[in-house]
Amino acid sequence: MRTSVGRVRGLGSAKEGTHHWWNQRLTAGSNFALMAWLLISVARQPAYDHATIHAWLSSAWVAIPMALLILSVFYHFRLGLQVLIEDYQQEQARVASLVVLNFFAIGLGAAALFAILKVALGAK
Amino acid sequence: MTVSILHRATGDGMALVGSVLLVWWLLAIAAGAQAYETFRDVFTYSDGRLNIVGWVVGIGLTASLFQHMLSGLRHLVLDTGAGYELKTNKRFALACMIGGVLLTVAYWLYLGFK
Repeated sequence: MRTSVGRVRGLGSAKEGTHHWWNQRLTAGSNFALMAWLLISVARQPAYDHATIHAWLSSAWVAIPMALLILSVFYHFRLGLQVLIEDYQQEQARVASLVVLNFFAIGLGAAALFAILKVALGAK
Repeated sequence: MTVSILHRATGDGMALVGSVLLVWWLLAIAAGAQAYETFRDVFTYSDGRLNIVGWVVGIGLTASLFQHMLSGLRHLVLDTGAGYELKTNKRFALACMIGGVLLTVAYWLYLGFK
């Protein structure tokens, strides 16, 4: 038996508590590590022609962190853009924008993961 | 306040422009040498130097990234409840601005001179 106050306490106006806020922080931490890796790894490449970059991305040591980076960064920016929409859009426009946002983030993320897997697993 | 607004602007800018370019780059690598050259030629001259698009987008996105990364660290510190004294807060904010510019310059100098 829970009282009405007990059920709503800590949920806030969005009715989902600190879930969004907390996941934004968690992915901020993983983004930091993964983007630092990407910046350094790209800067240290001997050349930037297709063969070099393709060979680089086909290694598991690059493909796996790159896939993790896509998941972490895309989840993080979906949350960030959601806040932007919620701050500046109301009612129907807000709902429509949030739906478009999901298509954008998930669609683009799927394309990125496909590209990484194709390079990492595919024949030359 | 400026740093907070910049955090949103750089974050949303990267989310809309950077994400598309990152995925285009990955798809171009997967699609083959010709698609990769098409991607590269948007940002560089035939001799390999950055063209105006390369400069604006390259510097813009890396500056956004370093700025957002540093002000993100600042927000994580503020989330713990620390750093709200006026002087400390201002010093942190200033450090983000200067640090973002310095890291961007250092990154491109490394790329240019290595």
